Amino acid sequence: MELTLWTYEGPPHVGAMRIASSMKDIHYVLHAPQGDTYADLLFTMIERRGQRPPVTYTTFQARDLGGDTAELVKKNIKEAVERFKPKTLLVGESCTAELIQDQPGALAKGMGFDMPIVNLELPAYSKKENWGASETFYQLTRTLLKDKVSSSEKINPLRWKELGRRPKVNILGPSLLGFRCRDDVIEIQRILSEQGIDTNVVAPLGASSDDLQRLIDAEINICLYKEIGEATCEWLKRNFGMEYTNTIPIGIKNTIEFISEVHKKLDLPLTNKEELENKSKLPWYSKSVDSNYLTGKRVFIFGDGTHAIAAAKIAKEELGFEVVGLGTYSREMARQVRATAKELSIEALITNNYLEVEDAMKKAAPELVLGTQMERHSAKRLGIPCSVISTPMHVQDVPARYSPQMGWEGANVIFDDWVHPLMMGLEEHLIDMFKHDFEFVDGHQSHLGHTAAKTKDSINSDEKIDNNPKEGIIWTESGRAELTKVPFFVRGKVKTNTEKYAILRGIPEISDETLYDAKAYFS
Amino acid sequence: MSKIEFNKEAGPREVFCGLTSIVWLHRRMPDAFFLVVGSRTCAHLIQSAAGVMIFAEPRFGTAILEEKDLAGLADAHEELDRVVNDLIARRPEIKTLFLVGSCPSEVIKLDLATVAEKLNKRFSGQVRFVNYSGSGIETTFTQGEDGALKALIPLMESSNEEKLLLVGTLANNVEDRFKKIFRNLGISNIESFPPRQSTELPKIGKNTKVLLTQPYLSDTVRDLKHRGCEIISAPFPLGIEGSTKWVLAAAKSFKISELKVHEIISPLINRAKLALESHKEILKGKRLFLLPESQLEISLARFLHNECEMDLIEVGTPYLNKDLMREEINLLPDNTKIVEGQHVEKQLDRVRGSNPDLVVCGMGLANPLEAEGISTKWSIEMVFSPIHGIDQAADLAGLFSKPLRRNQILTSKTLVTH
Repeated sequence: MELTLWTYEGPPHVGAMRIASSMKDIHYVLHAPQGDTYADLLFTMIERRGQRPPVTYTTFQARDLGGDTAELVKKNIKEAVERFKPKTLLVGESCTAELIQDQPGALAKGMGFDMPIVNLELPAYSKKENWGASETFYQLTRTLLKDKVSSSEKINPLRWKELGRRPKVNILGPSLLGFRCRDDVIEIQRILSEQGIDTNVVAPLGASSDDLQRLIDAEINICLYKEIGEATCEWLKRNFGMEYTNTIPIGIKNTIEFISEVHKKLDLPLTNKEELENKSKLPWYSKSVDSNYLTGKRVFIFGDGTHAIAAAKIAKEELGFEVVGLGTYSREMARQVRATAKELSIEALITNNYLEVEDAMKKAAPELVLGTQMERHSAKRLGIPCSVISTPMHVQDVPARYSPQMGWEGANVIFDDWVHPLMMGLEEHLIDMFKHDFEFVDGHQSHLGHTAAKTKDSINSDEKIDNNPKEGIIWTESGRAELTKVPFFVRGKVKTNTEKYAILRGIPEISDETLYDAKAYFS
Repeated sequence: MSKIEFNKEAGPREVFCGLTSIVWLHRRMPDAFFLVVGSRTCAHLIQSAAGVMIFAEPRFGTAILEEKDLAGLADAHEELDRVVNDLIARRPEIKTLFLVGSCPSEVIKLDLATVAEKLNKRFSGQVRFVNYSGSGIETTFTQGEDGALKALIPLMESSNEEKLLLVGTLANNVEDRFKKIFRNLGISNIESFPPRQSTELPKIGKNTKVLLTQPYLSDTVRDLKHRGCEIISAPFPLGIEGSTKWVLAAAKSFKISELKVHEIISPLINRAKLALESHKEILKGKRLFLLPESQLEISLARFLHNECEMDLIEVGTPYLNKDLMREEINLLPDNTKIVEGQHVEKQLDRVRGSNPDLVVCGMGLANPLEAEGISTKWSIEMVFSPIHGIDQAADLAGLFSKPLRRNQILTSKTLVTH
């Protein structure tokens, strides 16, 4: 039993709903009690979808349990098929139905329909949403392509040359309720098209059952989100020999790396490599003089595996930040996140518990947090600027404007979204200069009113300086005065370090000099 | 009541389960914690219904059942013990802990009553434990509050003191307004259930006169009756008419004259009518379809027809207790069609076929209907907004006139300049 206050991921059947809702002509009959229908609002509210998810809930009640719930399942399947006429039917159960073991998938298969039926077995008590989405996408693809497995030869990624056409790829993994998938797909298709590569199928987002059956018309697969697409890519590789890409095109370096990888796999010469550097404004914005102040900014990153790993690389290599924390709730990607953290000489945080993340955030004393909706909340409490880079997300993380994370435009969006919550270069100095001016209100920077607001728990609040002496250490008046002169966003860190130093050296009273001694010691 | 058309419908439903009521119950009693014993779905439901994470560390949580908890119930009880210990260590300020049953905990027959009893002994004097079920196989949306209140009744001491007991969660400001009215009428002993602090439970007995503020408390009413309380029969305090009749009913049971009531509430009624006017102008003659969810549907239909002159196409309700709703149903216009239960697909067919101007529905259905060109109002807003009482009548009407007004603005072809 695990105590959860907020959860990063929903149950696995919500993952299955993400696949069903992303696609055309699919219907999902879910054996579930009425309360489970809440999941519709994730799509209609957060994504502002104008269609209901294609899901029929059996909504069995306590009084049905004594009778024949299997009959209820069949009745709902029959009605759903008649009403929605799906080309492919998904059948599964949510957590409660799993306990009563009606085997809805087997029931559906015995009803004599001629459409393909996918029996989804998604263990609700051990797995979560992204796994459920991945498994559903994989089972669906497998069901729709299984007849072609034995008859097919392995796909030669170079066959486009003989066929006398442009190379074709599939883009796999984007789905509803994924972070900025809608726009990433457009950006990646545009980039591929510029390189002379056609998109065969995008799936599951926007794909039909027929589209899944056409997947093998492409030479290779682009695995855009590993959480959802990798299992399917791997199956297509095993059964059809289709190669798939490993690089996630978030950030300039990764986008270029991605383009190179695609070219290599297709044996297509990459002739415009130099041009690629100039496709996004990020490199120049990052190099421009105002961005000097970004150097070494302490950044804490937490999200799904795909976005957390990409964020760490961009933060360090493209913006010159210092990554002081990296973690993920995607246990399936823990190994990769750990490896990335190791390269940064930090330890990865792998957890489902947002309070643990908040604690780690507090300890790392970052100047910027890149996280999920949850970390936005924690960061707000701590008075640290934050930008959202991953699901779970809020309705405001599904913007009306085009704002991908991937490719050239994605890099532009990332520069703006990550840098705007921070203070501008000159502004930082001006605030330092003017902060003793009687009109100056600490934490009230021009554009940061909402993030830098002081709260009780803020690590930067003055309150803690006076009221929280560590192990009998006393801050003298000069020490305290000096500490208030430290910019508010690093004050917490300076305070902790100075106290640590004082304990180390057995200094009972911290004066202004102790503060400078500590600063020298730790630098 | 004879001219009302009653229908029952069965089939796939699109409603929240009783766990959702935790969202307002935990706000009402800030010293209480609601621990759902359920699955990841339960946790996800509450955080999604709560508008996706409003509170950093909320006073509700879920003990998520894992595979090993399903293997043996003894272990599950032990695990729950551990989770509760951790929780109390972390939140020592908690005075009452609600163990809330869910669909999976009910199906595996996890005995939360026994768990609560054991915990009560161990934490005696520090935390009280009560249990109820908010499961979707037994409860719909607001019925969760019914379960929570019913669970508290055994903890209420007996007293034969005469008092007026307002039963059902109200917004604090609305509750204060009601108390002021009753005090002005000369009723001095007024209490609320649930109280604002979980430990300040009212005492009850044969001189307790219960006035319901919400229509969804069937089980609570039954148990209060068993404890000797008198239940005042009245419509619910929504709109001017409902609120007036509600106050009058209370006054009557305290033998206060109608004249005195009118003396005190007439100025309120007059200004409320004035405030209602602009909304009525928009709502008048518009066709309303209410899908089932909060059990407030019948009272809302009565208000929107009688005071705002809307036409009622269909009034859905997840559950109908005709006894409790008698006064309301008597106020409905002839030929009102009430449908208890739901077949969501067939009901949506009727929505589309009946050309409504406004549909009251859950959050999952609102945008899809809007996309079809049908204006909607979320039913969950009724339980989150202060809508009770004479002073709130115009605000209540405003919840319904706003989508229509917005529609007018967005579809208007000419720019009006002043």
